Amino acid sequence: MTHDGIITLGHGAGGQMTGDLIDNIIIPILHRNSNSQELEDSVKIDMPEGDLYFTTDSYVVDPFIFPGGNIGHLCVHGTVNDLAMSGAKPVAISLGFILEEGLLIDDLKTVLRSIHDAARDANVLIACGDTKVVPRGKGDKIFINTSGIGVTRKALSIKGSGARPHDKILLSGTIGDHGVAVMSAREGLSFNSSIKSDTAALNGIVEVLLDANITIHTMRDPTRGGLATTMMEIAESSGVEIRLDERAIPVSKEVNGACEILGLDPMHIANEGKMVAFIPPDDAERALSIMRSHPLGDSAAIIGEVHQGRAGCVTVTSFIGGARIINKLPGELLPRIC
Amino acid sequence: MNYIDEFRNGEIAKKLVTDLEKSAHKVNRPITLMEVCGSHTMAIYRHGIKELVPQNIKLVSGPGCPVCVTPVGYIDAAIEIARRDNVIITTFGDMMRVPGTKSSLQAERGMGEDVRVVYSPVDAIEIAQNNKTAEIVFLGVGFETTAPTSAVAILTAERESVKNFSVLMACKTMPEPMIALMAGELKIDGYICPAHVSAIIGEAGYKPVVNKKAVPCVITGFEPLDILRGLRMLTDQVAEGRAQVENEYFRVVTPEGNRKAQDLLNTVYVKTDAVWRGLGKIPNSGFAISPAYEKFDAAKRFKVTVPEPKENPACVCGEILRGLKDPLDCPLFAKACDPENPIGACMVSSEGTCAAEYRYGNWRHNDA
Repeated sequence: MTHDGIITLGHGAGGQMTGDLIDNIIIPILHRNSNSQELEDSVKIDMPEGDLYFTTDSYVVDPFIFPGGNIGHLCVHGTVNDLAMSGAKPVAISLGFILEEGLLIDDLKTVLRSIHDAARDANVLIACGDTKVVPRGKGDKIFINTSGIGVTRKALSIKGSGARPHDKILLSGTIGDHGVAVMSAREGLSFNSSIKSDTAALNGIVEVLLDANITIHTMRDPTRGGLATTMMEIAESSGVEIRLDERAIPVSKEVNGACEILGLDPMHIANEGKMVAFIPPDDAERALSIMRSHPLGDSAAIIGEVHQGRAGCVTVTSFIGGARIINKLPGELLPRIC
Repeated sequence: MNYIDEFRNGEIAKKLVTDLEKSAHKVNRPITLMEVCGSHTMAIYRHGIKELVPQNIKLVSGPGCPVCVTPVGYIDAAIEIARRDNVIITTFGDMMRVPGTKSSLQAERGMGEDVRVVYSPVDAIEIAQNNKTAEIVFLGVGFETTAPTSAVAILTAERESVKNFSVLMACKTMPEPMIALMAGELKIDGYICPAHVSAIIGEAGYKPVVNKKAVPCVITGFEPLDILRGLRMLTDQVAEGRAQVENEYFRVVTPEGNRKAQDLLNTVYVKTDAVWRGLGKIPNSGFAISPAYEKFDAAKRFKVTVPEPKENPACVCGEILRGLKDPLDCPLFAKACDPENPIGACMVSSEGTCAAEYRYGNWRHNDA
């Protein structure tokens, strides 16, 4: 039924149609970045030497195609970034699709092409995969789960609990772009903007920092919940106080404007291609110039530092010099009504 | 000029704070200033303004969040309608989590009722046109800012003969509660008047407040420099013993306001007594759909009756909305009540005082 141009329940039944979908649609697009010639129940991975890291994440973004990318980019970048934030070099990822009956095959192809490109650019192998189809109304067009494995260089320990007093906090670029891009594409929220998702694989920029022997105590990519939530988590798990300077945090004019209109705080909005790194003061300036010379870090900045102070507390000096505490994003972001 | 950065300039802020200190020093007694708009509440927390103002100025939050002041009985009525067959409830997102007596719209949606978040009442008309066999009810909540958009929706429904659309009206007006609060326990020395509401009602809208209660009123923008300047203008009035309507936000607000929006309000609504959560019934403080458009009045169409609403007795939302208590005075705050599982409305709305305290306040570290 492939010629009808939509996914049907038969595509997930494990029979001929599933085989056709894999052979005619999925493999031709992904083949250059996968070992899909060997369709076994499980796959052997040749791992480089080092400590093994393993992660998993599910992607349910709505709409699944948004300005600057689609769920295919996200599912590769997200899992690659989770590995990279531990200092691990991503080696292989798995790909589990849950498709809703009625999904356009052309849209699936768009997503697959993005997965291919993202995996190629991040230099990661798509090692295995699975496809299920659920009846119309039981899913939302396309959900993807990816798991990933990677290895660290020896004697590397980068953890959320690793931040130490005096560390400088480096942010690789502007915040809020992904969340606002997705919101701008959502049905009913009619504002047009040029804002694009920042979805990107961060393993490259991490490699450059590690190659330069920069000491990194903590790294995180501030995804859901935004920079504020990430900072809270690190302050809590490291038992330190974090002080940020709002004036130093890069936010694009477009994102700032959209946030003003919608009543949102850029600090609470998701990013998909940004990282924060906690770096001892002696290495901080060098790390900043390395970040800035990388294409994904040209607007990198030092946005604050770590203090002994009150464990688990994050304070921000506002534009006008007032101070506020920040807390994790409570609940769902809802645009204001007046 | 992008109208954001210019109003967040740290150097100008310092100068305004110095001026404010001089002005507050002249008064030389505690000054209580109330903001009656949720966006001001949020901005004051977000920019750390409480920390910058002189010690004798106390900033308190009033009934400025439309979701917060909506009575429990209204939510109960909306839920009662949602449970009827073939009804689609359309609402602004903030209303979803507001607890009624036993349930919330979010919980009802989870149980299978059709409740949809819209960003404009006009979107609800579109849903009505696409679902001709269902009844579409829009929850009309807000102040003079959102009331005109509901009026536009009603006029659109009339013009395009959309028969399956109605509004459950609970929009309110701002000046009346400002007058009512002056008779309360809290002594208010001045009002920071809302920016958006004022764009509609103009400077003229606050004349009754000043005339009846002789309290300084300054219409103030939402940016931090606006707020600092508005505070100084209020403090100057207090120092000089004046009580006038002044307009800090003159780049948007005119003396007479938005005539077109006012015409819409006068065409589609009549003024009525309204119940405010925490404040009780305030005469002439609400909008009701006028007899000419009563076929779009969901309360009449569905003839809803709900039992006497109940609120959690430990929740102090009412006193918070009157400026008598702070979120930290509430035994439920951040314990039984948080934005995920709100008990009181002040925690639900992103602009409620408890939500502002939860997001930006120092509560987590108070004993440190």
